[in-house]
Amino acid sequence: MIEHTPQGLYCRAADAWIDPWRPVPRALITHAHADHARAGCGEYWAVDLSEGVMRQRLGQDITFHPVRYGEEIWLGQCKVSFHSAGHVLGSAQIRLEVDHEVWLVSGDYKRDSDPSCDAFEPVRCDVLITEATFGLPIYRWQSGAAVARDIRDWWQGDRNRPSLLFCYAFGKAQRLLAELQAIGVEEEVLLHGAVETVTRHYRDAGVPMTPSRPVSELPRKETLAGRLVLAPPSAHRSSWMRRFKTPQTGFASGWMAVRGARRRRGYERGFVLSDHADWAGLVRTVRESGARKVYVTHGQSEVLARYLQESEGIDAEPLETLFEGESD
Amino acid sequence: MEAFQALFDQLDRVTGTNAKVDALVEHFREAAPEDAAWALTLLLGKRRRRLITGRRLREILRDRGGLADWLIADCHGQVGDSAETITLLWPAVMQNLAPVQADLPEISPGQPLHWWMETLLPVISTLADEKQSDAVIALWQAVPIEQHFIVNKLLTGGFRVGVSTGLISRAVAQASALDENLVVQRLMGGFEPSAQRFLQLTAPEEAEERRSSGTPYPFFLASPLDPERLQKSTPADWQVEWKWDGIRGQLIHRGSGIYLWSRGEELVNDSFPELIAVGAALPHGSVLDGEVICWREGEPAPLGFDQLQRRLGRKTVGAVLKRECPMRFIAYDLLEHGGEDIRDRPLQERQALLSELLAGIEHPEMWRLQQSRNWALNNWPELDQQRNRAREQQAEGLMLKNRSSPYLSGRKRGHWWKYKLDPMTLDAVLLYAQAGSGRRANLFTDYTFGLWTDEEEPRLVSFAKAYSGLNDTEILELDRWIRRNTVQRFGPARSVKTELVFEIGFEGIHPSKRHKSGIAVRFPRILRWRRDKPAEEADRLDAARQLMAER
Repeated sequence: MIEHTPQGLYCRAADAWIDPWRPVPRALITHAHADHARAGCGEYWAVDLSEGVMRQRLGQDITFHPVRYGEEIWLGQCKVSFHSAGHVLGSAQIRLEVDHEVWLVSGDYKRDSDPSCDAFEPVRCDVLITEATFGLPIYRWQSGAAVARDIRDWWQGDRNRPSLLFCYAFGKAQRLLAELQAIGVEEEVLLHGAVETVTRHYRDAGVPMTPSRPVSELPRKETLAGRLVLAPPSAHRSSWMRRFKTPQTGFASGWMAVRGARRRRGYERGFVLSDHADWAGLVRTVRESGARKVYVTHGQSEVLARYLQESEGIDAEPLETLFEGESD
Repeated sequence: MEAFQALFDQLDRVTGTNAKVDALVEHFREAAPEDAAWALTLLLGKRRRRLITGRRLREILRDRGGLADWLIADCHGQVGDSAETITLLWPAVMQNLAPVQADLPEISPGQPLHWWMETLLPVISTLADEKQSDAVIALWQAVPIEQHFIVNKLLTGGFRVGVSTGLISRAVAQASALDENLVVQRLMGGFEPSAQRFLQLTAPEEAEERRSSGTPYPFFLASPLDPERLQKSTPADWQVEWKWDGIRGQLIHRGSGIYLWSRGEELVNDSFPELIAVGAALPHGSVLDGEVICWREGEPAPLGFDQLQRRLGRKTVGAVLKRECPMRFIAYDLLEHGGEDIRDRPLQERQALLSELLAGIEHPEMWRLQQSRNWALNNWPELDQQRNRAREQQAEGLMLKNRSSPYLSGRKRGHWWKYKLDPMTLDAVLLYAQAGSGRRANLFTDYTFGLWTDEEEPRLVSFAKAYSGLNDTEILELDRWIRRNTVQRFGPARSVKTELVFEIGFEGIHPSKRHKSGIAVRFPRILRWRRDKPAEEADRLDAARQLMAER
């Protein structure tokens, strides 16, 4: 039903590509992260909640077909529906059905609860294409609330200097604001410009988050000591950081589970918080899907496929993709 | 243990030097001497007998936890450290394991570090097979998860928290109100984790202390030449000598005996008995800094480093080795004369005293102990001409020392410069890659390179491994390329498509039975990514042999 083409995964029955990495006439998009939603396609089909971010990133004039979670749409001979992936606001797994055979493209997903987006919805299928960004048993996540408490203690434990917390600008930053709100933090959090632009769309969608304000709106003279600031990793060690004099720095990402990964990046603290499934989450999702055939893409595809094959007795194989540099 | 864990967390979390020193000072002040002694030993990372290997811990995790070998190996490749890999994998298997009983002392919170190191953990290394597995599992079950990393590290050894010996010495000095140099000197030659040794280390200075024991002085190291800075001075200020390719050492004769120390602070008396014999002829209270090197009597130039290597680490040296690898000590400097520390005096004065001292010694094997020849520099252009002659002298290059320089410790720029020969180079093809460890975990940063054989249908044979020379951007780019162009995986190592060519620089080249190519090189590193060269145009083995013949 789905074939591998130079543009990406292609469904002939629907005449559509899923998360194509080159411009195509019709694209079905799992979510608006840059390695999944690329510019230049004729039309985009994606979850309505993702429209704001998608337009902001790909252009206001793109042809966008909003779809509700669970809504069934027919493209040619194919019945297509989008199901929450729990990854970021408006993220989806895409279900494709032709002649009673069901394929599911997971996109990026996580199983842990996240107050900034809808929860993952388990979907049964015959063939599953799953991600494996963190497909090693060393990756095991704590709840977002537990990590949020660590972050609060770290930040509020040093009121003499600003706390710069780096995290991906779309998804992770808003999840942090929502997780902090959920554990009762009411204090205003400051945002780097790149974080602010995305956060607006989350506020429009009614996601409950701690109050926030762009750093740039603060008077130049106002002290930043004791403030929590969220910024994208690209701002680390950039001239933007000069304003903060002697900050304490941290990075919130699944990659922070490994000490060497944190030390290489030069952050003082690593907070292990991911928007992808951990090892147990990946294995559980494959099991629950009931798929008779599993293709694994992204990250540790070979490892997860081999494990499923050997230990779970599931017919699984890695699927080569051009996706690169998974961000989390 | 909790105090050490807290220290470790602090050191691991702060990046500033001062914050690290502060944390260390506080710990050395607060901890009981027997615990501070252990903390110091662990942080110094002095090679200690490991209690159990990382490999054995991985086996236990595999056998008891039911994780496949290849899966643990892949995890290890991503993490780059056995103790940490096991720590991260434990939660994935812990619920499958019933509580295990083992013959271990009872673990309770609040037990001090020395109890862990002297009472609890050594028990594990005395056990074998299933009993050892039981003990390890019982330990993991008893220790809270937050402490697993430290405990596994204590078992496997090799702490790395980004604190140098220098920082540790500074902290000990601050904590005990001592001169930092004295602490450095007291730490030379090793440290044993006992309360007594820690109290000695931190005790007030005694009058004769710096001269009575066999401890060497901290070595003074040269920095790579900064030509601009050099040329602001006058040529007459400098003396020039060959930079020999041996190992730096200090030859000491004091009341307590004769000692030969390597720069790695190891006592190497056993490996070089001939030098100890000649050292006996030095007057008491002499400390010489020099080069330990293989060099036949009467020959104008030394033998290669490969010959010296045959003697390193030997506990005994047989007659054959003594004949084939004859040793000399080329004296560069005199640090102590007649029992007096003369490191503050200007170099030319120390050198004059050294000449006088050596001239006054009678010994049948004095050819083994000679002063390094040095000469004056008339003008700057001479420097390059002389450096170009280094290879025919079998030297690595030149040393420039300011005639009035004191003998300092460590690497202090401006007084001594090293001016090395440009490295020899070969263009080689990337064959294998392996993930690095520590900061380089889960990035492919350890590379193996190959050259073409001289056969009609050339094959690539590996000839050198290199870990450094690329910048961060190149490392990331290469890492990505390796992931996409893997041909085969062997545990953590991968063979890749033989497409990429790199210019490899090295300091020495000699025959070796250990490598497939039959050659071995010294200090190989990547000089350049030769994007302009296809793999077919990389060098052949005959180019390497040519370099060997030119030596």
